[in-house]
Amino acid sequence: MKIKRLLLGDEAFALGALDAGLSGAYAYPGTPSTEITEFVQNHPLTAERGIHSHWSSNEKTAYEEALGMSYCGRRSYVAMKHVGINVAADPMVNSAMTGANGGMIVVAADDPSMHSSQNEQDSRFYARFAMIPALEPSNQQEAYDMAAYGFDLSERLRLPVMMRLVTRLSHSRGVVECAPEAREQNPVHFPDDERRWVLMPVNSKVRYLQLIDDYARAEQEAENSPYNITVPGTDRRLGIITSGIAFNYLNEAFGGKCPFTVLKISQYPLPRRRIAELCDAVDTVVVVEEGQPFIEEQLRGLLDRGVKVRGKLDGTLPRTGELNPDAVIDAFAGLCPDIMPARKPVAEVPVEVVRRRPPALCQGCGHRDVYHALIDTLKKYEKPRVFGDIGCYTLGWLSPFNAIDTTVDMGASITMAKGAADAGVHPSVAIIGDSTFTHSGMTGLLDAINEDSDVLIIISDNFTTGMTGGQDSQGTGKLVEICLGLGANPDHLVTIDSLPKNYEDMKELFTQEINHHGCSIVISQRECIQTARRHASEKSKKQ
Amino acid sequence: MKTDIILAGVGGQGILSIATILGAAALEGGLWLKQAEVHGMSQRGGDVQSNLRLSTDPIHSDLIPLGGADLIVSLEPMEALRYLPWLSPTGWIVTSTAPFNNIPDYPAEEALRAELERQPRIVAFDMDELARKEASPRASNMVLLGAASPFIDLTVEAIENGIRTVFGPKGEKIVMSNIMAFAAGRNKSMSLTR
Repeated sequence: MKIKRLLLGDEAFALGALDAGLSGAYAYPGTPSTEITEFVQNHPLTAERGIHSHWSSNEKTAYEEALGMSYCGRRSYVAMKHVGINVAADPMVNSAMTGANGGMIVVAADDPSMHSSQNEQDSRFYARFAMIPALEPSNQQEAYDMAAYGFDLSERLRLPVMMRLVTRLSHSRGVVECAPEAREQNPVHFPDDERRWVLMPVNSKVRYLQLIDDYARAEQEAENSPYNITVPGTDRRLGIITSGIAFNYLNEAFGGKCPFTVLKISQYPLPRRRIAELCDAVDTVVVVEEGQPFIEEQLRGLLDRGVKVRGKLDGTLPRTGELNPDAVIDAFAGLCPDIMPARKPVAEVPVEVVRRRPPALCQGCGHRDVYHALIDTLKKYEKPRVFGDIGCYTLGWLSPFNAIDTTVDMGASITMAKGAADAGVHPSVAIIGDSTFTHSGMTGLLDAINEDSDVLIIISDNFTTGMTGGQDSQGTGKLVEICLGLGANPDHLVTIDSLPKNYEDMKELFTQEINHHGCSIVISQRECIQTARRHASEKSKKQ
Repeated sequence: MKTDIILAGVGGQGILSIATILGAAALEGGLWLKQAEVHGMSQRGGDVQSNLRLSTDPIHSDLIPLGGADLIVSLEPMEALRYLPWLSPTGWIVTSTAPFNNIPDYPAEEALRAELERQPRIVAFDMDELARKEASPRASNMVLLGAASPFIDLTVEAIENGIRTVFGPKGEKIVMSNIMAFAAGRNKSMSLTR
């Protein structure tokens, strides 16, 4: 008897993984992937079975920990947002070389339209580059089902498998039919082919040839995958290749009655035979995919002289941003107006009374007080530069603060400030949150300490990973010791509470440390107002 | 039957609880449902919206097409107007008139009120005030849910069960306060559209 539940795409995958005998969940929080691991952490089975679900310091450590569990024959996943794959790229690419032993799934949650991210990179390119299979569920049910399918596939091919989610699946709820009980976990068992786990050239040269064969086997799997489906149509003018959630927009646009043959792809490598069959049967192929033109570029090839293709590269569909039903309707209204009538005009936004409402730092947030003191301190210098980082405090770029000059990637504040100091800029200030610091700031700090670079590094510590909703931060209570351990000069390592009453003290401290002309670290501390409220309400409930 | 709803508000106002309650009620009623929302950076006091689709048949897209929404349900008047392009030509707006002013260039209240009054099918009243009077200042979102409920094909009982499911862990007092707010919103809405 199946159980019906209402789940986010993230939660559907998480429950699918638990029901498929998961032994280890590994992750660093990142929108839109965070809810996967939160679901595992809160599920009773996790405590009952002792399933690992503690947050990792960053995506690379998380990846390697998951790989270690896979090496021991047990099932693991590692989950991250798309840009987390950049951080985990080293183990990811090399894990195609070692392969997996216990089933291993790497979840990449892409964020087309950049709702909460700095770019639109499409993780399918990474899967192809590393030569591992990828799954791309089109709805919450598939996100659930593909967890078990993915673990089986991973164990069959002995390769990690990528699960590509996107924001509109990760953060959308739907009805999911779930198994009544969870599969048993795998016992610990080591790989039978030990050489491929030691990636010395002598072994890698042998293994790489095998990987090429493995990838061909993965393509055969995709040819026969139950998730790659051809829905035949009668009109041969067009054929459609679609993937993942784009399939839903296509069905919405045609009201479920598309007259053209549709090949829906949810398992990669691309099934070439299936694609060839479609291309041979129609005049023009339209590619409707969420994200970058991954399928379309391969179909066109470098010279684009073969199959007639329409898609994102010729403007039939928008080149950037996420898809939606309207973009798909517009595309087909242009391609086949006899079948798809143009959309009727809709009401306009009354712009004279509807203003932009950008996100902002919360009232009562310590980052606010740090920024107020910092920008006032810097007024007396001619060309100060402030290098920001990834977190709530990135909002410090907006008015009324306009406090930071750059935001690039996790940890880049410290290292870019160092580079600027190397270039002779003074004051060169870095501002980084506590969780981002332990994610990727510590190694850069070691560089700055080793050269006693002329930088002021502010670690704005709110004791949590704030932007993603308040997950445990790995350095909480240890930041001073971490900095000292890296060799920070104790005379220029100062902590201060970032409270309004300390405004003058903060200004004085910043001035003093800027004028020190060496590597100074200020740790400004104040609990995140969101987690503080939550803790207060939990406390009052207990009383 | 299908009902497509745009839920709108400002991050932290509690529109996602409305979505969760309707979701629980729809599941109990054996309906299909899709509900897309945005988390992360967008939640920090910025505008937030959720696409909620209920249907007796399976639903394709998580997103509602432009001009397709049967309802815009908003806790904030300016936010209600932001989604007009999604409203169907026969759709209704249910919104609180209490402004949430956290931006420097928030529009003049008279201009905003005039624009709301121009809308042909609208239920608009100060839901913060009604929540304060009839239940609790924190239950404005349940007043809104009540005000929207006559336009949604779910029984009062199913929605109240949804409220119990969502607020149950917080204790019976909070459940009752939210159910009172829901009832007050529903009555007010029905008196305005009669």
